[in-house]
Order: sequence, then C-alpha cells, then structure tokens
Amino acid sequence: MSLLEFRDVTVDYASAEGPIPAVRGVTLLVERGEVLGIAGESGCGKSTLAATVLRLLPENAAIGGEMLLDDVDVLTMKWGKLRSVRWAEAAIVFQGALHALNPVQSIGDQIAEPIRLHKTAKDVDARVAQLLMQVGLPASRAKSYPHQLSGGQRQRVMIAMALACSPDLIVADEPTTALDVMVQAQVLDLLTGLVRDLGMGMVLISHDLGVLGTTCDRIAVMYAGQVVETGAALEIFDHPKHPYTKALAGAFPRVGDPAARYAPVGLPGDPPYPGDIPAGCAFHPRCPIAVDECTSASVALVDGVRCIRVGA
Amino acid sequence: MSLLQDAAVGEPDPIRAPRVSGSVLRTVGGKVLRAFITLAFVVVFNFFLFRLLPGDPIGLYTRGRNQDAEQLAELRRALDKPILEQFLTYVRNPFDPGIDSTRFSRPVWEMIGERVWPTLLLLGTAIVLASIIGIWIGIRAGWKPGSRFDKTSTGTTLTLYSMPEFWLGMMLLIVFSVGAFGIPGLFPVGGIVTPGVDTSTPLGWLNVLWHMVLPCTTLTLIYLADYSLVMRASLIDERKQEYLALARAKGLRDVMVRQKHAVPNALLPTITLIFLSLGFVVTGAITVETVFSWPGLGLLTYEALRGPDIPLLQATFLLFSIAVIVANLLAELLYAIIDPRVRS
Amino acid sequence: MSSVATQRRKAAFGRFWTTYRHDRAGMAGLIILVFFVLVAILAPILIPDDALDVTKADGERFDGPSLAYPLGTDDSGRSLILLLAYGTRISLTVGIAATLVAMIIGTAVGIMAGHFRGPGSHVLVGATDWFLVIPFLPLAIVLATVLGPSTLNLIIVIGITSWAGTARLIRAQTLSIEERPYIERSKALGAGNWHQMTRHVLPNVLPLVLANTTLTVAIVILSETTLSFLGLGDPLAPSWGALLDRAFSSGAVSRGAWWFVLPPGICVVLVVLAFTLVGRALERILDPRGATA
Repeated sequence: MSLLEFRDVTVDYASAEGPIPAVRGVTLLVERGEVLGIAGESGCGKSTLAATVLRLLPENAAIGGEMLLDDVDVLTMKWGKLRSVRWAEAAIVFQGALHALNPVQSIGDQIAEPIRLHKTAKDVDARVAQLLMQVGLPASRAKSYPHQLSGGQRQRVMIAMALACSPDLIVADEPTTALDVMVQAQVLDLLTGLVRDLGMGMVLISHDLGVLGTTCDRIAVMYAGQVVETGAALEIFDHPKHPYTKALAGAFPRVGDPAARYAPVGLPGDPPYPGDIPAGCAFHPRCPIAVDECTSASVALVDGVRCIRVGA
Repeated sequence: MSLLQDAAVGEPDPIRAPRVSGSVLRTVGGKVLRAFITLAFVVVFNFFLFRLLPGDPIGLYTRGRNQDAEQLAELRRALDKPILEQFLTYVRNPFDPGIDSTRFSRPVWEMIGERVWPTLLLLGTAIVLASIIGIWIGIRAGWKPGSRFDKTSTGTTLTLYSMPEFWLGMMLLIVFSVGAFGIPGLFPVGGIVTPGVDTSTPLGWLNVLWHMVLPCTTLTLIYLADYSLVMRASLIDERKQEYLALARAKGLRDVMVRQKHAVPNALLPTITLIFLSLGFVVTGAITVETVFSWPGLGLLTYEALRGPDIPLLQATFLLFSIAVIVANLLAELLYAIIDPRVRS
Repeated sequence: MSSVATQRRKAAFGRFWTTYRHDRAGMAGLIILVFFVLVAILAPILIPDDALDVTKADGERFDGPSLAYPLGTDDSGRSLILLLAYGTRISLTVGIAATLVAMIIGTAVGIMAGHFRGPGSHVLVGATDWFLVIPFLPLAIVLATVLGPSTLNLIIVIGITSWAGTARLIRAQTLSIEERPYIERSKALGAGNWHQMTRHVLPNVLPLVLANTTLTVAIVILSETTLSFLGLGDPLAPSWGALLDRAFSSGAVSRGAWWFVLPPGICVVLVVLAFTLVGRALERILDPRGATA
C-alpha cells in the first residue's frame, strides 16, 4: 500500500472565459521512506498538485480524479475528517517568507498550535523545544517573533512546524527558493536527513533540477499540467529522455546566480498559458525535434516518457 | 545531527538584544515633544488669529452684544496692553486669560468645568457602543466580502456615513420625541434631565439615561459607520496574507482562522484609526449636543459662536485641540506597545 | 506627434469608460449626480426668483405636503420643493469650489513636499501634519467667526481645513514615483525642478488626484452643510444646511414638521453617497493594486 497516490488528478479553475486546466491528469506514487521530486517551471501545475494533497485549493477550483493518502481518498473526505488529517497525516513545508508566518505570534506558539489542535503531545512546550532542536535552533528561540529571524531560520521553523504532529508525509513546496546558496544546502540536508531518520515520505517540489537530482529517489518532470517524464533521480539528471527534461537538465547552475537556473539552455519561448494550451503535445511549439504528428494527437505516458520521438 | 547544529551556530544571529530602556524613552520622548510643538502652534494660532483683523479688536469682541460701560472699560483695558504682554498672559493660563466670557460674564474655565461631564458621558458611551458594534459588523462583512451580509451592511454604513449627524438627530427627535408616522413620542425633546429631578438619586440617573437615549443613538450610529468601514477594509487586506493558508493547512476551522489569526492582525490598525478619528467624534458632538440641547462642551461651542463669544470660542477650540492631540499621541504609543514588530 | 498622444488618450479613456460602465455602484452614483447637476443648472431657468422672496410667500406656514406645495412650506410659507431645488445650486457650487481650493493647495503642497528635501519640505510636512491633527469643526468655526458669514468665506474656510488629507496622499505618491528610474534620467538630462514636478510627477499623480477629488467633494459637502447649519454661511442663501438651520431655529422639530427636515437631509445623503460611490469606483479602476472596496 503506497503512502500517497495521485490517480489521474485534474484541477480546473473556474473563470470568466471557461474552466482553465492547471493539472491535466497526473498519476504518481510515493512510497513510505521515499523522496519524490517534482520538477518544472512556474505555471506547470506542480504547486497546484501539491495543494490538492490537503485540499487547500481556492473555492473556484474543481478537482477530479482520486488522491489517496494511506488508501483513503482525500478529495471525497468529509470536512471534519479532512481537518483531522491535515497536518497529522500529511504536512506542508511552505516557503519561509516573512508573511508565511503570523507576524504577531511567537514562533513557539505557532509551532505549538497544531500540536494542541490535534492533541499529539501531552507536554506541548517540551515537544516544541524538541522540534526546535531537531531543526538546529536553540529552544530559547520559541519566544521570538518571525521578523526577528533570518530567512534560513524561518525556513527551519517551517520544517519544525511541519514535523510537529509526526506526519507520515511531508510536501515541501519550493523550500529553498528564496534562500542564499549556502543556506540552501544546509536546509536541504536538514530536510532530507530528518525525513530519512523519521521514516517519512516526502514530495519535494522545485524548479531546480540540480537540487532534486541530489536529494530525491525519483523525479517526475511536469510541463503544462502533465507529467512528461518520470524515473530514478540520477537517471533523469544524467540521461534525460524527454526534450524538455533535456533542456532543464542542460542548464548548469552557476553558483551564486539564481537567475541562471530559470533559463534552460537554448529553449525558445515561454511555457504555455494554462488557458491556451497547444493541441497535441503541449511542448511542440518549443521542441527542437517536433514533427507534424506532434501537433495533432495527444501523447500518452509510455515507459515513463511522454514523447513519440523517444524510442521505447 | 551535528551537521545541523554546526549549521545553526554558523549562521549570523539576527536577533537583536532586548532594547535597553534608553532607546524606548527616546522614542516616547520624541513623540511627546512633537505633540507639545503641535500644541504650541495651536496656542499661538488661537491667540493671533483674532488679532489679525484690521480695525479695533473690541469690535470683534462686542459684535452684536450690548455691554455695559464697566464691561467695556475692562475689555478695553485688557486689549490695550502691548501685544506681547497679552500673549504672555494668555500662554500662562489659556483658560483664564483675564477676559471673561462675553456672553455669560463668567470666567471661561468655570463654564468649561460645568459642561465637561455631560460631554464625557455622552461621547464616552457612544464611542464604546460604536466600537463594539462597529468592529463586530466590520469583521463579519470583511471576512466574506460580497456576501449578503456584507452588501447589506456596507450599503447601510455607507449611507450612515453620508448623513449629517444633526439631521439624523432631528429626524429621531421628530419621530420618537414628538411622534410621527404612527410612532408615539416617548422620549424627551432635549436637555439632560427633567427640571426638578434630583440627579444624585437612582431615579435621577434613570431620568438622565432616558434623556441620553436619543442623542447617544444618533452618535453611536454615526460613529459605528466609520469604525465598521475601517475594520472591514483592514480585514479584507489581511485575508490576502499567506500565513492564513498555513493556519488552514494545520487543520483549523474557518472561524478559528479568522479569530485567532486574521482578526488580531487586522485589529491593530483599526484600533489606532479609532483613536485617530477623535476629531470626527468631536465634530459630531458639537452639532448633536446642539440639536438635543445637551448641556455639554458642544452646546457651549454653539452658544459661543452665536455670540460670537470670543474668549469662550478660543477656550473650546483649545480644549478640543488638546483632546485630539492627546488621542493621537496615545494612538502612536499604543501601537508601539501592542505590535511586536515595533516593540523590538 | 501630439495627435498620436491624443489618440492614445482617447483610446485610454474609451477603455476606462467601458470598465466604469460595468461598475454598478459607480454607475448608480453617476446617475444620481447627473440628476442633481441638471436640477442645479435648470433651477434659475424654471423657477421664478419670487420663490425665494420671503415677502412674496403666500403659503400657510409649516404646512404639510399638498398638491400646490409638494413638499410643504417653510416657516415663512415658501414652497419647500422650490427652495430645495435652489439649494442644490448653492450646495453643489460651494462644494465644488471649496474642493477645487483644497485640491489645488493639497496637490501643490504634496508634490513640493515630496519632491524637495531640506527645511522647506520639513515646513510643508509639518504644516500638513498640523492641519491633519487639528479637529475640523472647531477650527472651521474659529476661522469662519473671524472672517464673517458669506459664501466666499465659507469656500475659503472649507478649502483651508480640507487640503491636508490630499497633501499627505500626494506626497506619499510623489515619493514613490520619484524612485522610478526615469526621473533620475530626466534629472541627468538637465530637467529642472519645475519641469520634473509638472511634466513627470503631476501626470502620474493625476489619476490618484481624480479619485481623491471625488471623495473630497463628498466630505466638503457634508462640511458645508454642517457649517451652514451652525449659521456660518450666507444667511440668505437657502443651501440645504441653511434650510436645516431654519428648520431647527424656527421650531419645526417641536411641531413635528418632518417635511421641512426630511427632504434637505435626504438630498445631502444622496449627493454625498453618490460622490462616495463614484470615488470608490474610480479608486477600484485606477488603483493597480486592485484592492476590493
């Protein structure tokens, strides 16, 4: 029994011009103790997909398919059951931006909040201290306010908060994007180390294939709301098959220059606007090896790659 | 694990040590000083404005009034002194500058002393009621903008906000005091107490309360329109913040997200703005006390301007300005105390 | 060259109007305003001057609504509905004139305070803060008493007491505009202070000024009504506030003459509400941050 299973999940946002598809049929598995990376540029649907895990999408989003957490479909859960599942079975590590935390509450109170809500520990203060130590912060920081911490420290607080109720699954949405390079490495090591030590599963979302290549067991690459390639992390990084993955992997990150990571080497154009996705293979307008067939028929995921030009 | 602890130690520590009281005193002192400077300008303005007009200042003081020879002589003596000497006399005690109220022929501070408590009673009650009701409405409307409650309440409060408060008072008087449109007139037409009733007895207090219902209702309705619009706007801004998504992800119910996270943050600017709107409160008080003949500072101002009773007018202007300056100062200090971001 | 700019401006206005048309609250406010402006313009044409003359009034005093006098009569027997129509002229004229005064002072002070550094700007900011703190009505009463009761003085008094809010807003906007690179570039090219302020800052500040002006008119009309009620305006001009003053002083309240009190107030509420709705609609459209109001 997998820990997490996406079964043909679709997400459409209602709008004045009709439904806009953000996620178009994603099927993925995450096992216990496994780290799955989801890679892709902004707008490919990876953050939307992550939000479906705890049904955190806004009201105008229509979700289809199934999302199984420990074999129970989250998407059809009753509201009360969902609230008890949130954080206790699966938790999210958000980006540690300044306003991701309540500015007028101490971080100790904010970490304690889910513990008190789900009643997962008797001595709340001791548990908070333990969590802070696990992420490498002194227990005395519990009384600090978010604006008194650095970006890296706030990210650690986010991690401590996510671990508070000992969930089985962690979803980390771009946890290192806003951080300096050195701090990035520290936070990633911390995160993956804890996940392995505590035997949890993790979904790690990032636009940085380099980050994912070194920390994940498997990677799924998303483009325009679909998975275009999956496989073992090192395989994807060293031997990418899909033309888009090749472009992503080909962008060697320059140390200290975050902008370089955003631009895949030699790939013209921009990802399609979700309301205006090209027919056939969504990637064909930018693909260096596209042929006529690519513009008409929609392509299925075969052997972990969604491309008719890649041999089986 | 040791890698993590190394990492924690190696990072620069941005927590500033708790500020020593020296710096707190400096900030507070700075704000108090600015308040004093504002007040000084009010005093100077108050004094010189009436001396700016060409011609005999006595004319302004006695416009439309018939004073007897002795009063006139006294006035002339006071006004003939050199300007600087008059100014210093004024500054030494602005509420007793040696010139009596020209309308009542009594010292100015005596008149003010008599009228302070009715105003405090009326305004105090109205502000408290308006804050409680206004904030409640603002929260419910701001949390679900576009809902039926929001549309109805915002429409109502906008209309109230567009109303001249004295007109509302007059209409309430006609309907509930004189009786109109089928409603019997149950409330008194004006004043603070029925003549002859002893205000030191419980029955006396009830009598005062009965007189207070209509003017207080008028002011409460006007003030709560302002407060609820402010609270609503503040909460609408707060709803966009990311930490609310985090709170929801933790499993909190919508009501708890609102109460424990959104409202405390949105309340900070609202409370400050309530303090800062004392100027608006004062304006309402003057006209409403006039309509209801409520014997407070507002009615005193109206009586003074009808004269015009210059000494009394100057005194009430000064008093209202002091009140508003102090309220502004308190608002700034309060914000510094409550908001942890400012505290450190 | 200028025709391209004019064309672009026309197109921009066309887009603006299409967006504005869909704003229901804004349209409601606009329709109400158009109605009152028409009344104000047509009043002297359709209504004989005699209607205002107390000596020529031939209705019963404090008479309720009837066919001949749709809104009843005042304390001298004049027809209230005609007085009300005339009052529209005065209230709107004073409102707009005083707003112009306040906006011109406020915009000028705001831009200068934001553009210049140094002691001059400190004085301007200090003056702005002072006028913001001092309570409006006590200050207006003191000023009006010194100046004397007349419509012109009323406009001056309201203008003086209302410019500070605009000044603060404009100054903040000026500061943020001046951080943009093209201001630095224009300075490097030799643009003087006047050129920068009028050619660069002012056009960018104008949309904000427009929305703020509309909201200011609302406040100014309320102020004029209050000051006239207190007897500080021209005693002969039947502005809505002055009518309410007459009603109050002549005992209309104790007589229960609601037709004397209700209509002028309703007119004030409608006009102020209309300006507020239009102003909020303008804010919604012109504010790129798109805050829901």
